[in-house]
Amino acid sequence: MTTRTAFEKARADGRAALVGYLPAGFPDVAGGIDALRAMVDAGCDVIEIGLPYSDPVMDGPTIQAAAQQALEGGVRTRDVLRTVEAVAATGTPTVVMTYWNPVERYGVERFAADLASAGGAGLITPDLTPDFAPEWIAAADRHDLDKVFLVAPSSTDERIAMTTAACRGFVYATAVMGVTGARTTTSDLAEPLVARTRAATDLPIGVGLGVSTGDQAAELARYADGVIVGSAFVRCLLDHPGDRAAGLRALGALVEDLAAGVRRA
Amino acid sequence: MSTRPENTTSYDADAHGWFGGPEAGWGGRFMPEALIAALDELDEAWREAMADPAFVGEFDTILREYAGLPSPLFLAERLSEQVGCRVLLKREDLNHTGAHKIRNVLGQALLTRRMGKTRVIAETGAGQHGVASATAAAYFGLDCTVYMGAVDTRRQALNVARMHLLGAKVVPVESGSATLKDAINEALRDWVASVDHTAYLFGTAAGPHPFPSLVRDFTRGIGDEARAQCLERFSRLPDAVAACVGGGSNAIGMFTAFLDDADVALYGFEPGGEGVDTPRHAATIHAGQRGVLHGARTYVLQDEDGQTVESHSISAGLDYPGVGPQHAHLAATGRAAYLPVTDDEAMQALAMLARTEGIIAAIESAHAVAGGLRVAERLAAEKGPEATVLINLSGRGDKDMGTVVDYFGLGDPDRVTAEPVGDPS
Ligand SMILES: Cc1ncc(COP(=O)(O)O)c(C=O)c1O
Repeated sequence: MTTRTAFEKARADGRAALVGYLPAGFPDVAGGIDALRAMVDAGCDVIEIGLPYSDPVMDGPTIQAAAQQALEGGVRTRDVLRTVEAVAATGTPTVVMTYWNPVERYGVERFAADLASAGGAGLITPDLTPDFAPEWIAAADRHDLDKVFLVAPSSTDERIAMTTAACRGFVYATAVMGVTGARTTTSDLAEPLVARTRAATDLPIGVGLGVSTGDQAAELARYADGVIVGSAFVRCLLDHPGDRAAGLRALGALVEDLAAGVRRA
Repeated sequence: MSTRPENTTSYDADAHGWFGGPEAGWGGRFMPEALIAALDELDEAWREAMADPAFVGEFDTILREYAGLPSPLFLAERLSEQVGCRVLLKREDLNHTGAHKIRNVLGQALLTRRMGKTRVIAETGAGQHGVASATAAAYFGLDCTVYMGAVDTRRQALNVARMHLLGAKVVPVESGSATLKDAINEALRDWVASVDHTAYLFGTAAGPHPFPSLVRDFTRGIGDEARAQCLERFSRLPDAVAACVGGGSNAIGMFTAFLDDADVALYGFEPGGEGVDTPRHAATIHAGQRGVLHGARTYVLQDEDGQTVESHSISAGLDYPGVGPQHAHLAATGRAAYLPVTDDEAMQALAMLARTEGIIAAIESAHAVAGGLRVAERLAAEKGPEATVLINLSGRGDKDMGTVVDYFGLGDPDRVTAEPVGDPS
């Protein structure tokens, strides 16, 4: 499976794809699977499952709090793969977003093999750029997995060319210089970054970091192929700590709002 | 006594920051794409600066006139008598701000000014690098924010006060284990958002390329000076060199001058905490596994899933679950040996040095003293009194007096402690 098909389907409908993120094991492994399935039901086109990590340098307080809770609950790498299996079974392309050390520790080849057999589409690697990724690139190619690398507003055109050439599935454009977390305004860095990226590749381009409302999604969907949302979904569950049903309802409602947003661009 | 790297050694990194080449794979740059441009810019500025005699000359002048360098090489006669051979102490404890760290920050701050940036951020464990950064920022007129684990702001309150007095903002970090590694994460987050006008003054010879090499260049004066001082005074090189290893800046600063002297044995002493057979230590090379942390592939204290494990040391400055990648390379090639020293051994050495030579060392440095004396005793037995061991005394102990008082039960009016060296209370 590749995420590209979901983007192409959305493009054929004349809209952007909605990509939803939650860390695995949050609030616990079973609860995380329920939440991710609810996101699929409410209209996410691609699912991103975070691998909770002790030192998440790109994450803001919201995602870090969720990942920390997952780790304190004892989540393991194999639970992440179990979560992938459960979500991919819905037929929705599912990628793992992970810092590099847990993959290296698990074994790059073994991780690629296990991810592929769980039905996962590939990896998003926030702290691994293609120039330091020959082992991952080789393993991903062997197992027919997506390699989603990031481009940033600070990337040079040469690096955007190098990065997009190594991507498979889609390209992840980080719209702001900063860590994950919902923001009230979208960034004016996003559109020029997408334009520069588009000049380098035919791959779909997903834009992430900071989106939390349907209106923001609609604005991004004017020029991006995918709108990536994480912290705002995590927030729905964090805000209802004792009441899973209420958390899932809030999550479903937000997905629907965003799914409508990507359709009204 | 120039701090300028006159020659590179055979243990240098390649242009991508790999120590031992990409096959060995120590170091490198495992970082968010958003920071790559800044790291490239830093890499280029650093290479140009090190090749510019004006920069190197200004750095030398500031070190000499402001930081009080070169630091003396001290023949510790009473210690030497005790162990039966010559013990030399490189007196980095006499530097301005009390540790070797001042070399690194003055170099990085000078580079920051050259790059036209106006703000610096830093992480700190013991507070020593934070104080040094705040000092350099004051000296150069730069804005300064220091990230420090909340656990460390409590155990190093005096250094927090010093940073405030120097005009720096100190941000206590509550996330993760609330120690040095989390302070680094937080500083990196700040950097991602502020990189256009902010330089990250990295506190040790770890992190993504070029930091391990850049920090080494700015601290290598320790060894360059000591090597020349030793030759001048004793007409010979030491048989062994010892330094403590947290992230590894003082150790690499000392080792670099001797890397190509095959007869000089190099010893890095890691914090063994309550023992390397317990979970409470920070002996990263001795007990860690190959992995990636804070942008470099190195030895990391981690669990089966690659999650970083919390480290422990009585010394906040050594309490770090990673280590600079050049040390990983030196360990893997056998050029340097890395051995653990426990909290108790370090504290006994600290008290012994105080009583024998009248020097109160930082607890970090006391690890080097404990380990260095072990080596000296062995060498004295093998080679006799001419054997020479050079120990880097990376810093002074003022900041640690709270820990020392607690450890030895000093200053308790109900307990007359004539003999602090003895059973820890
Ligand atoms: C006096 C002293 N020595 C050593 C260290 C450890 O750092 P490194 O291993 O980078 O020299 C510190 C860190 O704070 C320190 O203050």
